[in-house]
Amino acid sequence: MLDRQVLQELIQVLGSENVLTEQEDLLTYAYDATAAMKHQKPDVVITPVSTEQVVEVVKIAANYKIPIYPRGSGTNLSGGTIPVQGGIVLSMLNLNKILEVDQDNLTATVQPGLIIQALNDEAGKYGLIYPPDPGTVTTATMGGSVSECSGGLRGLKYGVTKHYIMGLKVVLANGDVIRWGGKTVKNVTGYDLVALFTGAEGTLGIITEIIVKLIPAPEARKSILAVFDDLDKAGKAIAAIIRNKVIPATLEIMDNDTIQTVEHFVHAGLPIDAEAVLLCEVDGYKEVVARESVLVERILKEEGAVQVNIAKDDKERDLLWLARRTALPALAQKRPTTVLEDATVPRSKIPDMLKAIRGIAKKHNLQIATFGHAGDGNLHPTILTDERDVEEMKRVHLAVDEIFQVAISLGGTLSGEHGIGIAKMKYLNMEFGEAGVAALRRIKEALDPNYVLNPGKIVRRD
Amino acid sequence: MSVYDSLDSITEELHKCMKCGNCQAVCPIYKETRQEVGVARGKISLAEYLLSGEIEMTEGMADRFSLCTTCMACNNNCPCGVRFDKIILAARAEAVRKKGLHSVKKIAFTALKMQRLFDLGMKTGSVFQGVALKHLPHKSDRIARMRFDIGIGTDKVFPMLAKKTLRSEYPEVIRVKSPKMRVAFFTGCMINYFYTDMGKAVVEVLTENDIEVVIPKGQGCCGIPASVNGDVISARALARRNLREFEKKGADALVVACSSGGTAWKHVFAELLENDPEFKALADKWAGKSYDIAEFLVHQVPFKKEGLGRVSRKVTYHDPCHLNRGQGINQEPREILKSIPGVELIEMKEPGRCCGMAGSFSLVHPDLSVQISDRKTADIAQTQADSVATGCPACRLQLQSGVENAGLEKQVMHTIQILAESYRAGKKEKKRS
Ligand SMILES: Cc1cc2nc3c(=O)[nH]c(=O)nc-3n(C[C@H](O)[C@H](O)[C@H](O)COP(=O)(O)OP(=O)(O)OC[C@H]3O[C@@H](n4cnc5c(N)ncnc54)[C@H](O)[C@@H]3O)c2cc1C
Ligand code: SF4
Ligand code: SF4
Ligand code: SF4
Repeated sequence: MLDRQVLQELIQVLGSENVLTEQEDLLTYAYDATAAMKHQKPDVVITPVSTEQVVEVVKIAANYKIPIYPRGSGTNLSGGTIPVQGGIVLSMLNLNKILEVDQDNLTATVQPGLIIQALNDEAGKYGLIYPPDPGTVTTATMGGSVSECSGGLRGLKYGVTKHYIMGLKVVLANGDVIRWGGKTVKNVTGYDLVALFTGAEGTLGIITEIIVKLIPAPEARKSILAVFDDLDKAGKAIAAIIRNKVIPATLEIMDNDTIQTVEHFVHAGLPIDAEAVLLCEVDGYKEVVARESVLVERILKEEGAVQVNIAKDDKERDLLWLARRTALPALAQKRPTTVLEDATVPRSKIPDMLKAIRGIAKKHNLQIATFGHAGDGNLHPTILTDERDVEEMKRVHLAVDEIFQVAISLGGTLSGEHGIGIAKMKYLNMEFGEAGVAALRRIKEALDPNYVLNPGKIVRRD
Repeated sequence: MSVYDSLDSITEELHKCMKCGNCQAVCPIYKETRQEVGVARGKISLAEYLLSGEIEMTEGMADRFSLCTTCMACNNNCPCGVRFDKIILAARAEAVRKKGLHSVKKIAFTALKMQRLFDLGMKTGSVFQGVALKHLPHKSDRIARMRFDIGIGTDKVFPMLAKKTLRSEYPEVIRVKSPKMRVAFFTGCMINYFYTDMGKAVVEVLTENDIEVVIPKGQGCCGIPASVNGDVISARALARRNLREFEKKGADALVVACSSGGTAWKHVFAELLENDPEFKALADKWAGKSYDIAEFLVHQVPFKKEGLGRVSRKVTYHDPCHLNRGQGINQEPREILKSIPGVELIEMKEPGRCCGMAGSFSLVHPDLSVQISDRKTADIAQTQADSVATGCPACRLQLQSGVENAGLEKQVMHTIQILAESYRAGKKEKKRS
């Protein structure tokens, strides 16, 4: 429980209507979108409307050494917003303005509580787009996506969030406010703190303003669906497309389990007995799209696709992408608990990774559906289970361990886009070694010596 | 086991929720409050805690469950197929079992249940509204504003009680020369007491299409305001009463011109009376022949196109949640509008977005209701339409209140009123030629 004094101070800064203390409200901030995570109720939830208020709050937290957890929409998949040690949940949703769209510099300045889609809608008015495109684009916030360094469907050609963050305003754990980066295309002054805070998952500072890069919206795009009766062939086709120097905006894979479930849900006309489908989209100037789509179609056929369809119109295209976007939630209908992983390997290793996942599923007698952003090597093996089944959950944990061991051994990484949070802390050694983890800890302690900011995530206190 | 009887009935529904947060994108309450209890995911987690016994049903819990317009937008957007409408009904019924009815709502239901109060108001020359309501000058509609605050703010524009109830204006059976069929009309309270013009339009259009209309005198409120707030006992009583009365009169089909009334006949009565074999059978029987008026005119009749005269209106159509998502009817009203010569249909940005009325929701959360309504009004304003059509009297009230308070010159009406207008114009044209 929080001290009355602390509550009084918070209310003084924010007004009582922005300080939630009733258990009925607190309980709804005890979770995020991560499956099979223990819920933990915070002591208080606050909703600031300005950087100044955030500063005051951080000072109070620092003074009393109370943990503080920044939170956007709570859609992360790594336990990143669960207030594991109680304390203050800082909901950023009321800091939700677009401060500027700068057409001359192709940037936008936004507050962290803004929903990503709202930025897209605004940018669209100027013929611009903000490329990072997680499955949760209509719900996740800018602050949350910067902090997780979200990826999404267009990562292959356009990269992930960090490639679009040019400047940040951050409140540090001691209440100092810093601005880093800006609108200049080139900026190499000092250490790259913009990069450091992007993906820091709220453990190093609280972001209160973001300058992003916008790019011209592509003139044309074409979506292609390729059907395979063999998962390996699909994997090889991915490598072949890229080897032929075509970089599609999107190149997604879905395995048979995923196809069946998704089709049942959206009725997009997916072939339910296919072993795998690849969904590919090329975009850019009309002429380029025309040339590349033909090339992609040819490669897919050469690599053994049994069927290749090009979406005729926007409606067909939208349906295909809807199918892909709903893959995870649709899978979640199969069993009560959906453990989604984020293993990522160099894309040439996709066939190996796919094979390994199938082996692991068999070995532990689990149902694992795999889909993901195959073009950039980012797979989402998804274990369909039931957290009430204690015995099965043991096997699930073993399988997850093995998935990451394989990913790392193939030269991959623990997370392509979902972050570390609570869920993957224990594997960090595997990727970085002791010295690497120690380096992370020294950065954390330099910026937040008392572990006030989002404690229990990424780096554990020794 | 029905959602009205036990919280356990929604166990599986709760398990389906994976907490993805997709419901945030569409929830009108969440859009305004940006608090997790506002959205389906938040209320689902509260229901989970209740079921697991970790916390008890408190007043505060009941308050949180009242934060929902039951617009079903989350149902539609939920990739896991969670039926949140069931969850909220079950949670509210549980809240009433454990904590009793919310005081403001209690007033509202008592009033609804005791139609005598309304009837009395009518007989005494609408005295009661003369005291409470300030008449507003308006070119087409009889509307008024609250003079003093009875807990719902003075901003809301109300329709005036009609001079005579709809049901007293007609004989119980309205005959036509050579009837194609006999149809029972469930008037619903708002149409019976306030918006009689809507009811008259329904009768007009049906008789114009050679349909004999029965308006059972003994019918009453559909009971939806009670059932969505967990007052299951009242809702059951109302359901039985309506079924009895309609069964007595008999008809080939039943039509409804309000979205909750339609939902009641099609779905809710049978669910409420699940454990009452006799009435369950009746409810099923009538559910099978219940239609929204637009649905009925387009698919069952189908309505006469010859005889439709010119109506010069620019119309934008608002989809009532319980007609659109609740009954899957959204094309039919548009089809009717498009078939009327002279009518130009201009779609607003999000025609299916909840208007925020939601019956007693607007009584319990007046400020939120107005905030939600303001977005709707802004969308309407953008269309440059001169008329707003909808399929539900409750929505009409909310939309009218919204445009009135925004100072917009727009007439709000039921789709069927525009159709009736067209038949009338048709007759005039014929006379002239
Ligand atoms: C169905 C589904 C599909 C998804 N698809 C994708 C996908 O395709 N690609 C992808 O990358 N992710 C995906 N995600 C994961 C998730 O949507 C993203 O991580 C998203 O960016 C999180 O945003 P949020 O606003 O919900 O942040 P939250 O979950 O609220 O927070 C995420 C992290 O950011 C921190 N944080 C939030 N705001 C601030 C701030 N202002 N300052 C500092 N720290 C802050 C929090 O402390 C937390 O550590 C998906 C999730 C779901 C449920
Ligand atoms: S969209 Fe459905 S599954 Fe997702 S959080 Fe909302 S109710 Fe749960
Ligand atoms: S029914 Fe409507 S108001 Fe209620 S939670 Fe769902 S979207 Fe929100
Ligand atoms: S919705 Fe219609 S029938 Fe139901 S109570 Fe209201 S007016 Fe009466």
